[in-house]
Amino acid sequence: MTNLTQGDEQGLLKDQNNFLSTKVHRRSFLQYAGAGAAGIALVAAGCKKDKMTEGVYLGAGDVGILNYAYALEQLEAAFYLQVATSFYSGATDAEKSLLSDIRDHEVAHREFFKNALGVNAITNLEVDFSSIDFSSRASVLATAKAFEDLGVSAYNGAGALIKDAGYLALAGKIVSVEARHAALIRDLISNGTFANSEVIDSNGLDKSRMPMEVLSIAGTYIKTKINAGDLPTS
Amino acid sequence: MNILNILDEIEKVDGEVYERLNPRRKAMGEFFGFGKKVAIASLPFALGSMFKKAYSQTSTTDVEGVLQFALTLEYLEAEFYTRAVAAAGLIPAGAATGAITTIRDHENQHVAFLKTTISSLGKTPVSKPTFDFSAGNGSMVGPFADVFLNYDTFLAVAQTFEDTGVRAYKGQAPALLGTGGVLTAALNIHSVEARHASHIRQMRKARGANVKPWITGKESGIGAAVQASYDGEELDTQANIKITNINGQNISVSAATEAFDEPLTKAQILAIVDPFIV
Repeated sequence: MTNLTQGDEQGLLKDQNNFLSTKVHRRSFLQYAGAGAAGIALVAAGCKKDKMTEGVYLGAGDVGILNYAYALEQLEAAFYLQVATSFYSGATDAEKSLLSDIRDHEVAHREFFKNALGVNAITNLEVDFSSIDFSSRASVLATAKAFEDLGVSAYNGAGALIKDAGYLALAGKIVSVEARHAALIRDLISNGTFANSEVIDSNGLDKSRMPMEVLSIAGTYIKTKINAGDLPTS
Repeated sequence: MNILNILDEIEKVDGEVYERLNPRRKAMGEFFGFGKKVAIASLPFALGSMFKKAYSQTSTTDVEGVLQFALTLEYLEAEFYTRAVAAAGLIPAGAATGAITTIRDHENQHVAFLKTTISSLGKTPVSKPTFDFSAGNGSMVGPFADVFLNYDTFLAVAQTFEDTGVRAYKGQAPALLGTGGVLTAALNIHSVEARHASHIRQMRKARGANVKPWITGKESGIGAAVQASYDGEELDTQANIKITNINGQNISVSAATEAFDEPLTKAQILAIVDPFIV
């Protein structure tokens, strides 16, 4: 139970609401698990597993979500930095200018999260772009589309996992820029696909994805192992 | 005081208290009617503030208010595009009509979705206002009097509506903190409006307007009539962190402002759309 105690202390230090909800969350979990020795053992085992798992640990609560966003922004920034270092053959001046803008936006997002997280920030992730042909317009834009749509759905899904209104507002400031990127990239591939039925459902709603699904998809491009075991899931 | 004992007591009258206190799990339906069972005012202050977070902050009234506000804006957009697509000779056939039709359909879907959501909360959706898309407050001869006659005027108003819609949803998101599915749905509409904005801006760019898919500084590329929809977008400091040239990176002021979209309050949005509502 050492980890549980430590968790509470950290929560209390951070803020009272966090402490309370952490406590309650655990208690309600114990109720579901059938309070008692078996339930406690399950929680302890879960903690042990989370903490012992290898990889870059994102953390829990809002810090975990911010590190999750930071990881995705690292991936996007690294991608566009490489794109803009040597543009695909046949890139027009307009395309170069737009892709350079996107690179700057993603670098700005990455550095913002790094500074906002401070000592809680994860380290630099190592990416794996071996599946991308950076000389090919089709390959670059297809990857950009995947990253942008994924980023939009990631922020949309993470919103409800955030507890602090200020962090939620910041995520909102970034996600609409990612959506602007996504629409542009889609139109570069095929004009008019900025918000087609691939991403927008019959209620006119965009996609949202939970962190585990997002990280599973992004994992193809991230060499560093990520431990998201303590991210909020609901 | 042992907070868990108090929670146990409350649980006797409200079996869902643990779900309520964990804002991520609660379903909206569980809120309604709880107030009758426990006098929250009688609880100690610390606990009371916790309940305020769990219950009051996302009360039916607040959530309904946000949804009715959103519905009004979606009515505006839906009727705008419906009339534009129906206006003979306004939008060029082919890709342009295809794109505007796609956007029109999304806005109508948003109207239907919000009406259904509001009804499911046991509330009555507000009715559709009468609009004046010239921004003339009912005179029909406002600054955009030729909005359904002149394609460039139409695109300028469309860009303003989309960029403003993005800012409106963004501004309301924190008010939906802890509402789970309602917040997610609002975010899922928010990013669709941003996709629309991006495309409309590209359509304007193709017509010679000096705009990009994202908002640079507080520039609209339209003029003074819509400036209120762009004021504040020039921010290049986020959470006290200067974005321009952050950490020695080569980030221009323009890029720093483009990288973050800014919210507007409900009052600011209502002032912006007021000339469009009779």
